[in-house]
Amino acid sequence: MSLRTLEGFKFSTLKTPVHLLDPRTKFLIVIAVLVPALLFANIYVMIALLLSQLPLLLVGKVARRWALSLRAGVFLSALIFVVNLFTGSYLSAIALTLRFLVLLTSFSLFFMTTSPDDLGLALDRIGAVRWLSRRWLGYPNALSFTFTTAVRLVPTLAVDAQTVVDAQRSRGLELDKGNLLKRVRNYIPILIPLLLIAIRRSLELAEALESRGFPGKEGRTSLFQLKLRPVDYAIIAVSLAIIGISFWVYFHYKIPVL
Amino acid sequence: MITLEKVSFTYRSGQRALQDVDLNIEGGDFIAIMGENGAGKTTLAKHLNGLLKPSQGRVLVDGEDTRKVSVANLSRKVGLVFQNPDHLLFSETVKDEVAFGLKNFGFTPEVVHKQVERTLEALGLSEYAESSPFLLSGGERKRVALAAILATEPDYLILDEPTIGQDYQQKERLRNFILQLYSQGKAVVMITHDVEFVAESNPKVILLSQGRIVARGPADSVLSKDELVKKASLVRPQMSRLFGELAKYGLPSDVVDVHRARILLEEKLSEAKVRVAQNS
Amino acid sequence: MAHAPREIILAKNLGFQYVGAQRAAIEGIDLSIRENEFILLTGPSGCGKTSLCRCLNGLIPNFYQGEWTGELLVDGLSVTTQLTSELSRKVGYVFQNPENQLFALTVEKDIAFGPENLGLSREEIRQRVDEAMNVTGTLPLKDLAPYELSGGQQQRVALAGVLAMKPSVIVLDEPTSFLDPHTAEEVMGATDDLRRELGLTIVVVEHRLDLVVRYAERIVVMDAGKIVADGDLEETLDEKFDLLEGLGVGVPRVSLLWTMLRRDGLVSGKVPTHVESAASSLGDMMSQ
Repeated sequence: MSLRTLEGFKFSTLKTPVHLLDPRTKFLIVIAVLVPALLFANIYVMIALLLSQLPLLLVGKVARRWALSLRAGVFLSALIFVVNLFTGSYLSAIALTLRFLVLLTSFSLFFMTTSPDDLGLALDRIGAVRWLSRRWLGYPNALSFTFTTAVRLVPTLAVDAQTVVDAQRSRGLELDKGNLLKRVRNYIPILIPLLLIAIRRSLELAEALESRGFPGKEGRTSLFQLKLRPVDYAIIAVSLAIIGISFWVYFHYKIPVL
Repeated sequence: MITLEKVSFTYRSGQRALQDVDLNIEGGDFIAIMGENGAGKTTLAKHLNGLLKPSQGRVLVDGEDTRKVSVANLSRKVGLVFQNPDHLLFSETVKDEVAFGLKNFGFTPEVVHKQVERTLEALGLSEYAESSPFLLSGGERKRVALAAILATEPDYLILDEPTIGQDYQQKERLRNFILQLYSQGKAVVMITHDVEFVAESNPKVILLSQGRIVARGPADSVLSKDELVKKASLVRPQMSRLFGELAKYGLPSDVVDVHRARILLEEKLSEAKVRVAQNS
Repeated sequence: MAHAPREIILAKNLGFQYVGAQRAAIEGIDLSIRENEFILLTGPSGCGKTSLCRCLNGLIPNFYQGEWTGELLVDGLSVTTQLTSELSRKVGYVFQNPENQLFALTVEKDIAFGPENLGLSREEIRQRVDEAMNVTGTLPLKDLAPYELSGGQQQRVALAGVLAMKPSVIVLDEPTSFLDPHTAEEVMGATDDLRRELGLTIVVVEHRLDLVVRYAERIVVMDAGKIVADGDLEETLDEKFDLLEGLGVGVPRVSLLWTMLRRDGLVSGKVPTHVESAASSLGDMMSQ
């Protein structure tokens, strides 16, 4: 699992119809996929869920990077498949492996098409988050800001990680030699500098942000705001319908694996 | 000797970073690699110790192709000092930090101990031997990183932007240190955009632009050429600009060093003084 | 009749010692800065320049804990009684590393960040962001991500973000360290243009004097936490050259050249600070 597996979850600034959907809409799409995927263990359902997300991936122009994230999931999928072979039938193993891929796809699609800023704006609107943030950190927007900043720093830290690996290799560190214990110990010269760099970066960032008035005495205003458009309402309606139908079917019928 | 033969390198993203680079680095050389951001300087540096392998062409370090030798092995001969020391530091004490490379290369504890002491002494860090590297100032951490690479006495030392954030005295110390190293027969390659530092140290300058070498030669000839300097997003050293304005007085244009400037001006000014004395 | 520009920063016996430090980072600082000045703050590493700057915008004592002595007034506000968020309306700070001060996903959002924190109306924020982008020439970059920009572009965006707060003072702490020389000159030039256009007061911390001599009229030199020289840039370079050289300040090469020739009696007169004045002075000497 190289660092490139993260590519399948990284946001890209494009302006496709999928990107322009409200993050709350997209999150509901994730729920609309999650609910049937978790309620049922039917192979056809899984295939349908997987295929139904394809148009979204294509319109969102993220299909190629989705393929990358699938590749990243190969190891885990194989693991899930093998474990379930022992605990269940051959068919259920297939179904559960497909379920994993469905969930992976759903989250991948969400993170690739939703900017951390929009996520933050959405989180900011959720009363529970604001309340928790006020109790914990003293300001209503602090929690969502913490989250989105963390997400923004991920690509930067990925580059730092690669640099640390390069720097330590240049001192003779060999990451692919030795027994298991030695290999684990060899990661200390990678993790410690990375951790400290992350801390230093966040401190420098905190300084810079405080120097621009963060978090501010009164409430913060936002230049940009989220707006639900007709297409959002349409998709929300469809998603809620799918969720509703899934629960209804679940409580009324028993769906087999195949 | 490190030889780059027609080296080209393209990143996986498709970005072409180096094109047809031919270069020789021998013991005793002092080379400055300059160029604009994105010209390929760091990419070039990473080819010298095998971190990157060329897409085309080859890199030979003392006759061995870098594609056939591990980075760990190449690092015994080629020491690459990264720009930000925080990418290296992880040990409890400065002593341990400097010992890390030596231990990786399998030296005995006695040798390790001796080398650590020597290197700390050479870089003026002996008083910090037992300190935590993280509590030192920025400049001190940079020296610790340098010590960590120098401890294994590589034949070729590559420094990536060693003068950033350093004050004038620190740069003087660095210059003297580099002088010691290459006069001992080591090769020192410095990636930098510090024009005045280069002007005063007189290395051989290699100018990279968009992945290609566009000029090579002594500092005073390369850095006094306007078109080249502009291409690399640099500025001509003060002395060169000064002498450019004074060209009408019969002064040469390829002056970058203050001391040479002084000697040349002393001549002309003495002549003027004599003229003044004669006329009065 | 022109009136003297008002005093915008006043430090009286200012001192600060970080928690756990062996000695004070700055002490006995007496400094008076008038509106629209362009000040070069310099000195060897560890002399306290950055600590002094941090006091100016309130990072000391709000972000950095320690012992404070003396008084510091910025545009009428006493620093010890204000939060950094209040002082950020008066003093903007541009940091050395362009990468770690920008964080939003687009340039526009990053510039809007400051005004958003002030709780201004959406229209006011919009206006400030547009103004800041126009005046720094960053409008064409507005939809790009900060990490896609070059170092020079990043510093201009950082400047824009600071300008959107409409401060009266901008502190730039070694803003060109990571930039190549050509871009460094551009950023310095742009900073001076902004000073003239908007009537700002500028404090630049820099080791390499030649970058700033064209613009700064006044130099403040620090060593071991104290101010050791404070005055007109040209005069200080002329009269206190040896002090500066001894401290290891990066004096302009042309100034060094001149003092060497002056010591040998080959030239006389004031030390030039940049290439053009050096060329004209030397030209005069040679054509006698």
